[in-house]
Amino acid sequence: MTLLLEVKDMTMQFGGLTAVSNFNLRLNKGEIVGLIGPNGAGKTTCFNVITGEYIPTKGQIVFYISENVNGQIVSKEIDITRSRPDQITKLGIARTFQNIRLFKNLSVLENVLIANHLNVKSNFLTAAFKFPAYQREEREMREKSLELLKELGLEKFKNEKSSSLPYGLQRRLEIARALATQPKLLLLDEPAAGMNPQESIELMNLINQIKEKFDLTIFMIEHHMPVIMGVCERILVLDYGITIAEGTPKEIQNNQKVIDAYLGVETIA
Amino acid sequence: MKKKTITSLLIILAVIICLIIAQRTLDSFSLRILNLSGVYIIFAVSMNLINGFTGQLTLGHAGFIAVGAYTYSLLIMDSDLKQMNFFLKPLISPLDTLQLGFFPAMIIAGLLAALTGFLVGAPALRLRGDYLAIATLGFGEIIRIIFTNTQSITNGSLGLKGIPKPDNFFFIKMDNSLMWWIWVAAIITVVFHLLLIDSSYGRAFKAIREDEKAAQAMGVSLFKHKVMAMVISSFFAGIGGALLASLIGTIDPLMFRFTLTYNILLIVVIGGMGSTSGATISAIVVTVLMEALRFLDQGFLGLPELPGLRMVVFAILLLIVVLFYPKGIMGNEELTWSKLRRLFGKPFAAKEVNR
Repeated sequence: MTLLLEVKDMTMQFGGLTAVSNFNLRLNKGEIVGLIGPNGAGKTTCFNVITGEYIPTKGQIVFYISENVNGQIVSKEIDITRSRPDQITKLGIARTFQNIRLFKNLSVLENVLIANHLNVKSNFLTAAFKFPAYQREEREMREKSLELLKELGLEKFKNEKSSSLPYGLQRRLEIARALATQPKLLLLDEPAAGMNPQESIELMNLINQIKEKFDLTIFMIEHHMPVIMGVCERILVLDYGITIAEGTPKEIQNNQKVIDAYLGVETIA
Repeated sequence: MKKKTITSLLIILAVIICLIIAQRTLDSFSLRILNLSGVYIIFAVSMNLINGFTGQLTLGHAGFIAVGAYTYSLLIMDSDLKQMNFFLKPLISPLDTLQLGFFPAMIIAGLLAALTGFLVGAPALRLRGDYLAIATLGFGEIIRIIFTNTQSITNGSLGLKGIPKPDNFFFIKMDNSLMWWIWVAAIITVVFHLLLIDSSYGRAFKAIREDEKAAQAMGVSLFKHKVMAMVISSFFAGIGGALLASLIGTIDPLMFRFTLTYNILLIVVIGGMGSTSGATISAIVVTVLMEALRFLDQGFLGLPELPGLRMVVFAILLLIVVLFYPKGIMGNEELTWSKLRRLFGKPFAAKEVNR
C-alpha cells in the first residue's frame, strides 16, 4: 500500500470557533474512505482545507505523487498546505461540491471542456489564432471530453445547458467534470444528497466503476448511510471537529461514541 | 469549420465594400460619425471582454483610453507642434523631439495602456463585485488626475491640439486613410475577440463569470485569467484611444471622465453582457443615435432649446432595455446565421430542412 495523502494534526479555526481540531488522515492509493458526522461537524471544512480553499491554522497536508524518473518510479512528497485550489487541482486532487456548482449557462460539453483547460500549453495568442498546435490540443480535449461523457451516460445531453439537466444528472456531470482534470484523488462532497434510493444505488455503482476505470482514490462525505456503508472500506467520524472514531463500516456501526454523537446521550437528571 | 471561415471572410469583405461605398457617397459629417462608431466598437468590444465574458465589473476604461490617446498624441506630433502646444511649460526632453509613424505610435499606445491595465488590474482584481467596480473607477479617475497635473508631459488641463491625422494606410497614400485605420482596427478587434472567446481561454473566462470557486476547483487560475482579460481589454482600449485622439484632433483630460466609461458600459449593457456581436451592433446604434438625436437639444416642435435632452432619450432607452430585455439585445449569445434564418422566416428555413 502506498500513501497518497496525509493530513497531519490539522486544526482550522475561524476566529474563536474551532471547526476542526487535530484532524489526522492517511489515504492509501486505491482506497475509498468515507467521512461522516452530524451536521456542522466540520466535514466540508476538512474538504476545503485539503483543496486549498482555506489555509489551516495549524498542521500540514502532504500529497505524495509517484514520478517516472529515468525508468524508475520515484515517490515525491509535496506540501500543499498553502497551495491555491487551482495548483492543487493541477497536482491531481479534484472535488465536487455539496451544493452543485456547475457552470449553469454553459453546455454540458463546455462544462467538461473547461476542466481540460489546465493542460492547455498554447498561450492565448496561439489559441486565439488557432495555430496547428492549439487545434490539435482542442481536438484532443473534445475527444477526451466526449469519451468521458459517454462513460457517464451524459453524451446525449452534450449540447444542453447544464442547468436544464435533472438533479441526478447534474451530480453526475459534476463528477464527470472533476474526472476531466485527470485526478489521482477524488473528493466527493455528499454526492448522494437529495437522491432517491434508486439513484443512490446507481451512484454507488458509478463510484465503484469510475474508481476501477480511472485508478482513483476516493474520499467522500456522505449522510446517506446505505451508500457510505456500501462503498467505503474505511470510515472516519467527526463530531464538533473532533475525530471520534475510525474503522471499517462494521466497527463504526457498533461504536458507542458514534451512536451517541448521532442520537445524543441519555442524561439522568 | 472551413465553411465558417469562408462566411466570416465574406462578411468582412461585405463590410469593406460598404466602407468603400460610404467613403465615396457620404459627406464629411456622416463619415465622422461612421468613424466614431468604429472607435466605439473597439471600446465596447474590449470592455465586454472583462465585464461581460469574465464577469468582472470594472469601470476604469476611460483611464486606459486616456493613456492610449495621450501616448499616441505625444508620439505622433512633430517638435514644432509640441512647442506650440506646450507654451506654459516645455515638454520634457526625450519626448519633445521624438516623432514616430502612425502605426508604431498606435501600437505603443496600446502596449502602454496594457501595462497600465496590468498595474491597475494586478491589485484591484483581488476584489470582487462592487468593490472591484469602485476600485477601478477610482484608478480611472487617478489616471485622469495625474494627466491633469503633469503639465510638462501632458500639458495639463490645456490639453493637446492639432493632433495630425495619418496620410497613408500602410504606406499607401489615400484620402480618408484614418477611416481605414479605424475600421481595420475595429474588424481586427471584433475578430480577435470572437476567436479568443471560441478558444479554451474564452471558456476559462466564462467559467470565472459563471462560478469562481468551481472554476478554481477545475484548475483555472483566477488571478492569471482575470489579469489576462484586463490586459487584453486595456490594450484594445489604448488602440481605440489612439484612434479617437487622431479622429477628434484635440484631447484634454476632461474628455476622459467616468462619463466616457459609462457611455461604453451603456453600449455593452444594451448589446448584451457577453456578446461580441451585440456590443458591435449596439456601438453603431448608440453612436449614430447620439448624433442623430442632436435636433432634440436644439429645440423642436416649438419647444425651447434644451441642451442635454438627447441624453434623456438614452436614459429611457436604457430603462426599456433593462425592463424588457434584461440581458441586452443579444444576451450572452452571438449572432449566427441560423438565428438570422429564424428571424427572417420561411424561405431560408425551408432550405435548412432540405439539407
